[in-house]
Amino acid sequence: MISMLIRRLLLGVVTVWIVSVIIFAGVEMLPGDACTAFLERDAKGEMLAHCREAQGLNQPPVERYLSWAAGAIQGDFGTSMSGDQSISEMVGLRVKLSLMLAMGALIGGVPLAIFLGVVTGIWRDRPLDVFLSTGAIFAMTIPEFISATILILIFSIWLGWVPGIVITPADAPVLDFFPEFILPIVVLGMVMTAHIMRMVRTSVIEVMASDYVQMATLKGVPFRQIVFRHVLPNALLPAINVVALTVAWLLGGVVVVEMVFNYPGLGRMMVDAISDRDLPVVQAIAMIVATTYVCVNLTADVMTMILNPRLRTLYMRAK
Amino acid sequence: MGAPPLISVRDLSVGFTGRTGATVPVLRGVDMAVCRGQSLGIVGESGSGKSTVALAAMGYLKRGLRRLSGEVCFDGADMFARTRLELEAIRGGQLGLIPQNSGQSLTPTLRIGRQITEALRLHCKMPEAEHEARVLDLLAQVRLPDPEVIMRRFPHELSGGQQQRVAIAMALAGEPDALLLDEPTTGLDVTTQAHILELLRDLAAERNMAMVYVSHDLGVIARVCEEVMVMYAGEVVLQGPVRQVLQDPVHPYARGLLASIPRLGERHLPVALEGRPPAPGEAGQGCAFAPRCGLAIDQCRELAPPMAPDGAGNLVRCYRHQDVGGLDAARQGSLPRRCDKRSGAALDLGAVAICYTAQGWLERMLGHAAPVLTVEGISIAIRQGETVGLVGESGSGKSTILKTVAGLLPPVAGKISLCDKPLPVRVEQRAPDQLRRVQLVFQNPDESLNPRHSVADILAQPLRLYYGLKGAELYQRSVEILETVRLGAHYMDRLPGQLSGGEKQRVAIARAFAAEPEVVLCDEITSALDVSVQAAMLELLNEFKRLKGTTYVFVSHDLAVVRALSDRVAVLYQGRLCEIGPVEAVYGPRSHPYTEVLLNAVLEPDPDVAPKLMAADVVELSPPAMGCPFQRRCPRKLADICDQKTPPWREFEGGHGIRCHLPPEDL
Repeated sequence: MISMLIRRLLLGVVTVWIVSVIIFAGVEMLPGDACTAFLERDAKGEMLAHCREAQGLNQPPVERYLSWAAGAIQGDFGTSMSGDQSISEMVGLRVKLSLMLAMGALIGGVPLAIFLGVVTGIWRDRPLDVFLSTGAIFAMTIPEFISATILILIFSIWLGWVPGIVITPADAPVLDFFPEFILPIVVLGMVMTAHIMRMVRTSVIEVMASDYVQMATLKGVPFRQIVFRHVLPNALLPAINVVALTVAWLLGGVVVVEMVFNYPGLGRMMVDAISDRDLPVVQAIAMIVATTYVCVNLTADVMTMILNPRLRTLYMRAK
Repeated sequence: MGAPPLISVRDLSVGFTGRTGATVPVLRGVDMAVCRGQSLGIVGESGSGKSTVALAAMGYLKRGLRRLSGEVCFDGADMFARTRLELEAIRGGQLGLIPQNSGQSLTPTLRIGRQITEALRLHCKMPEAEHEARVLDLLAQVRLPDPEVIMRRFPHELSGGQQQRVAIAMALAGEPDALLLDEPTTGLDVTTQAHILELLRDLAAERNMAMVYVSHDLGVIARVCEEVMVMYAGEVVLQGPVRQVLQDPVHPYARGLLASIPRLGERHLPVALEGRPPAPGEAGQGCAFAPRCGLAIDQCRELAPPMAPDGAGNLVRCYRHQDVGGLDAARQGSLPRRCDKRSGAALDLGAVAICYTAQGWLERMLGHAAPVLTVEGISIAIRQGETVGLVGESGSGKSTILKTVAGLLPPVAGKISLCDKPLPVRVEQRAPDQLRRVQLVFQNPDESLNPRHSVADILAQPLRLYYGLKGAELYQRSVEILETVRLGAHYMDRLPGQLSGGEKQRVAIARAFAAEPEVVLCDEITSALDVSVQAAMLELLNEFKRLKGTTYVFVSHDLAVVRALSDRVAVLYQGRLCEIGPVEAVYGPRSHPYTEVLLNAVLEPDPDVAPKLMAADVVELSPPAMGCPFQRRCPRKLADICDQKTPPWREFEGGHGIRCHLPPEDL
């Protein structure tokens, strides 16, 4: 089990490293460099030379990669092109805000999704299931900007309950975003809940049809106990990975929702950085997103391994 | 028979709503009664409705099925009329079930101890504190070694035999008055099966339980039942005392079924039952068996016969039951074709050793010991046209060896040659012609045939790959091949899902023979099939042998099947060869103690032949580090020598070899 953990951890590190090389090489391969991209027409003479000096672009690429990577490991992604701010500080602020959005959606959405998934799975093809499953398909397929617009129309324009747009500046304390963050969380939560619910539903249906649930029924186990003791632990295992993917998706910045609500999260920062051609910031965000994906998936795999007795013995025996 | 029956089923019909909206019956007017202390066997082919009857006795129908008429009474009251609470109290309490596949019937995320405790808590009034002691007691009662250890295990950490015992312990936890057993030993090794059945017999006698055994295996029924019910197409066609039904059945279907079972002591191939049973709803107004019956007359096709006593203690659903005896004369199994002793070498395995778990760099760095070899020192030379059977319990490495010959699992040592030319160990390194000459047929056609490819696509693959056929020529050849396995051109467009189990396996065999191979590797190819279909497969293989002189390596855990087809047999234990020789010699009086154990455990469909249980039924995960691999279970173990020294090969006439320390005259 330990050797398996070490192996997976090393693999994760290697993945992040490869991603960093690809990101760096990709930026390097663009015509021009970070300074010509950022300065555009002003990229000439002293200004360009000054910029290149500040960004350290005069060194050979390998050396620059090494110093960039060394900085990134310590959480220092250099300075941004515009305003010469520390990228780590800027990004850190946004990560915090994105995290808040993600946590809100997860805390509300995951338990709800599991509950609905179990209910629809157990009473499949009944009116309740048909209603909820159809609703889930709508939630999954309607683009977020449309559902966001509809919610804004209903809850902030017609009913006036919550603000429809975020006006708090990014560097304000986190709690100042209440109640502005409610609608973005609801929009994200809807999509996520629908995905996880359908996954859980399928998995519950499969387990309900299994021989061991039939056996439990014929052993005289009451229905509620069958659900909690025999069905849930087995049906929720495959859900762990779906939850992980959703978490990574949420943390990676949800561009569209952030744009619609003007929420100053990671996704919007990325879009801004791209349109400003602020390549160091783009690199930094790409690295953070990649690392998040790797970490979240690793956590999910380890959790599945710990919770699934079958896998657990497999790796115990391999030891 | 004074007491009223504990379980009584009266005129039960069960069905489902078909695609057209019509009701399709699965069971038709089934009657059954079992009293305390009685044991009833229900036999029939797959799809005959035997499991549905057993589950219906618990008031349970699978999803989609519903009761059309009749009643199922337990202890005097209709199960279908009871409330959910009453059912919960009876199921697992007075009425226990031992399921077919206990590996899948135990909840994978719960420890064994908790699953048994759950049954205790539901059905026994005893203080919580006594539960653990009772669980240990139950586990010991089903003769599981180390109950304390087993209790803390998860289901997948046990072997098939152990899982089955746990399922029995769980059923006993509710102190049942009646037990329903749905194929309780299917899929287990012969030795394990024999032990489990002995255990069930003892328990039944001890607790005076009523038992209903559902099985397709007449050998099992012969061992444990007094009364037998034969089912066909959802109907009971014959019911009577076990001796009568198995020794002289008065229904043509039962007779055909019995003839299709290969026997250990017989040289003939079993006789296949022609045709296939009707699908639910397909049976017309006459006798359901009439289309396959050699005795059918016009009356049979027009009016279904009623269940009537035959005067000798049976109830039979046949107009011509008095003439059934005449059927046997017409049926005589063909003799298996023997190979020519002077023919050249086909396949030669030289000291092959195989290991599943490759050691990774990390394990080596952490200093873990090298894994034990799964298979070691297998040397077998097979002549052209010869059939060599590989037998042994599960885990003996039979299938592993086939995989290696097919190039799917490279050996860690040894070499393989085909017709005296070395064969590359990896399938990717083999030339197309070498690939063509060795073909593999898998155990389960459901998994080995691509469900989205039609029969034509499946057969076209080898023909295109090895012979470059296309267009009309390809079609022509495919049909020809299909006809050799007795399927017609109208099967070409069908998908595997539209074929029966036997038809699927025929297609799989046809695919292998389309390549015109010299060597065909058969991995348990009949074990997923009904006995009647199995007999047809054996005939088919024998015919290919006669026509084309094909060489077979035939893997099976069923010793009677191996006997029916093979020229030579190799007995494996834990991936080590114990004995090899001509069939008559291996099945004869002089054999390795392990072979003897296996042969004695075989159940014959005859209530007068009892198995002899010798070796303890222990599960070994890996062979001992030194000495004889069979040392721990051997009933004839000598002193220390068996623990310490690898036994020598003792050679006898006719190429019969036994690897054992026992002196030759004692073997």
